[in-house]
Amino acid sequence: MITAVAAIAALAAVIGALLGYTSLRFHIEGDPIADQVEAVLPQTQCAQCGYPGCRPYAEAVAKDDEAINKCVPGGEAVMLALADLLGRDPSEAGGIAEKPKSVAVIDEKECIGCTLCLQSCPVDAIMGAAKQLHGIIASECTGCELCLKPCPVECIHMRPIETTVRTWKWPFPANQSPEVPAQAQQAA
Amino acid sequence: MQATQPRFKTRRLWQFHGGIHVPDEKALSNAGTVEPTPCPKFLILPLQQHIGAPANPIVKVGDRVLKGQVIAEPRGYVCAPVHASSSGTVIAIEDRPVPHPSGLSAPCVVIETDGRETWAELPEPLTDYESLDPAVLRDRVRACGVVGMGGASFPTSVKLNPGKDHPIHTLVINGAECEPYITCDDLLMRERSGDVLQGVRILLHLLGARQCLIGIEDNKPGAIESMRLARAESDIKDRVEIVAIPTLYPSGGEKQLIKVLTGREVPSHGIPAQIGIVCQNVGTAAAVADAVLLGRPLIERYVTVTGRAVAKPSNLNVRVGTPAADLIAQCGGLRDDLRKLVCGGPMMGFEIDSQAIPITKAANCLLALTHAESPDPGPALPCIRCGRCADACPASLLPQQLYWYARSKDLDRVQDYNLFDCIECGCCAHVCPSHIPLVQYYRYAKTESWAREQEKKKADHAKARHTAKLERQERQERERQAKLRTKKEAAKDKPAAKGEAVPSTEDPKKAAIEAARQRAAAKKAALAEQGVVPKNTEDLGAAQQQQVAAAQARRRAVGLGESEAKAGPEAQATEQPSQPTQTKATGPKAATASEEQA
Repeated sequence: MITAVAAIAALAAVIGALLGYTSLRFHIEGDPIADQVEAVLPQTQCAQCGYPGCRPYAEAVAKDDEAINKCVPGGEAVMLALADLLGRDPSEAGGIAEKPKSVAVIDEKECIGCTLCLQSCPVDAIMGAAKQLHGIIASECTGCELCLKPCPVECIHMRPIETTVRTWKWPFPANQSPEVPAQAQQAA
Repeated sequence: MQATQPRFKTRRLWQFHGGIHVPDEKALSNAGTVEPTPCPKFLILPLQQHIGAPANPIVKVGDRVLKGQVIAEPRGYVCAPVHASSSGTVIAIEDRPVPHPSGLSAPCVVIETDGRETWAELPEPLTDYESLDPAVLRDRVRACGVVGMGGASFPTSVKLNPGKDHPIHTLVINGAECEPYITCDDLLMRERSGDVLQGVRILLHLLGARQCLIGIEDNKPGAIESMRLARAESDIKDRVEIVAIPTLYPSGGEKQLIKVLTGREVPSHGIPAQIGIVCQNVGTAAAVADAVLLGRPLIERYVTVTGRAVAKPSNLNVRVGTPAADLIAQCGGLRDDLRKLVCGGPMMGFEIDSQAIPITKAANCLLALTHAESPDPGPALPCIRCGRCADACPASLLPQQLYWYARSKDLDRVQDYNLFDCIECGCCAHVCPSHIPLVQYYRYAKTESWAREQEKKKADHAKARHTAKLERQERQERERQAKLRTKKEAAKDKPAAKGEAVPSTEDPKKAAIEAARQRAAAKKAALAEQGVVPKNTEDLGAAQQQQVAAAQARRRAVGLGESEAKAGPEAQATEQPSQPTQTKATGPKAATASEEQA
């Protein structure tokens, strides 16, 4: 009896010490899950999820079980990727209202050069100086819409990106066969 | 498997995996000869007729252009220039419908022709090309806008530059033309076999290749005969072999033809140059001959206009940029039972809904199919896992697995099954008993994967810019704090400086104030020495003293303390003038604040 207790206690002590050591020795800085979640997010920094950027949302999803369907620019693709990554059910989250991809455009006639939009742009895609006409670098704009609100004269508009021959994608075949999705899962 | 050729020199041939036999339907259009086409009224020249970046237009609306003149310059390495295919006036540079499965418009140069066909000055013919550096010949091929004419339209000059790491031993010339209906390469080999052989000679020199294999499917005996005759007359007959290969779709695929002719397989995700082979279409070889020996740019090509919905199927020699409607009109127009108009062959081509689209360098066929020829397959039925698609796949893929994953939009898994080795030949969909549009699923998965990759790149870029912005803001904040700290420290040091009574002479205003203060202090001191007390309440009259007492009583009644009451009048006196200065002080500050806000 005593030997058994002693043996278990000794084992517990040894394993405890080992675990304690490994947790110190192989300590990981930061939050690896949040990093992975962040890698999936589109990095528009648009704050449409209710968090002030992609990183805070990633941390919330990783730590606080925040819903995975809050990324509007990411849409369904990001939601599915997050569901896959975190092992959550994508259906429980429900759908996302997807918007067409857009870039912000400044109306040159109305811009007063107040620099407020410059400060709000998370990716520095707006050029300009005080009392000078501002311009948006379309290739850098993520379409986050954060510059719309600060503008005192409402001269910034979102323009949907047009599909060209180079960006066109083959559509998903329309005439779906009435198959049970279980087959797909079985194959997976 | 070994196949032998009874009539000619025996060469061991191999067979690629899968493949299908489809009715070739070539008899519709392969009779006759290639007919010339009249110069169209308008030429529509898309700026992108090749894989790579669109060319950059160098003409303006209203410019007069000559036949063969460069109207758009290449932008980047993987690009090709565009030449005017007849003389006339540029009337527009705008978006026009182009031959593309999307049916979208793309930038085009529109030329109104003058019918005079005036040639521009062409570059010197390089008849002595064997003494020239391959780089010079490549430049010529590039300058003449030659692209692969088998359908993919990859810039030929790029393909002819495999690099020093890949020595080329074999040139494969693709005359297989395996797609049903199309006969333009057949006609080209029959009518311009000499030019093809000239092109082969140039390409052999350019690549430094030992031998050339010209693969032609055995359903084109005329082409084989004509090419053999041309070879016999040529001085490179010991290096060139005309090989008749069994007719099996898709033997005209680059990788499949290489396998059939040499038994070697191009690595997955690789190019033929990795195994020392370069493959070119017969049309490309002829275009290279034109470019080098005549200096003629690629402005014309043979096009098959066929299908049972066309009155008179034939092959035409067409100026690049001619609208499809003109060709159809020349072939007698369309019949009533037209089901669809296809650009390319029935297997790999795509449906077009506008006859306004122009013929490009890559367009080899216009196909008008009747309802009988191309019946509607009806809705797709469930996959029964028969596995016929896997048997038919010439790339040895697992079409069924690709289908499941593409269907469930699992883009990672679908790539694990080598989606990008799929050549979209359509064999799997053709044999599918459930009529599942398999190729469309693969095309969807491919374009979606590319789009995701682009989005990922964009997201990484945006993230980098965002972190850069955050870092910059942090740095600016740190700098501001540091500045504030130094200012504070400077303010702390000031009283000590005052004690030394050494006024800073830097600011003249401050110095003046300091001087005035000193003067006032000196005056005060002098008065104190004379015994004058500055207080002026001593020689007040009785009435005045009463007034003061009454005022103080009132103040006490209100509740103000004695000392405050005493300080009252003086404080009032000093406060009064100080107020305007205060507002003055806030004035500019407010102005700067509002400016900052602005």
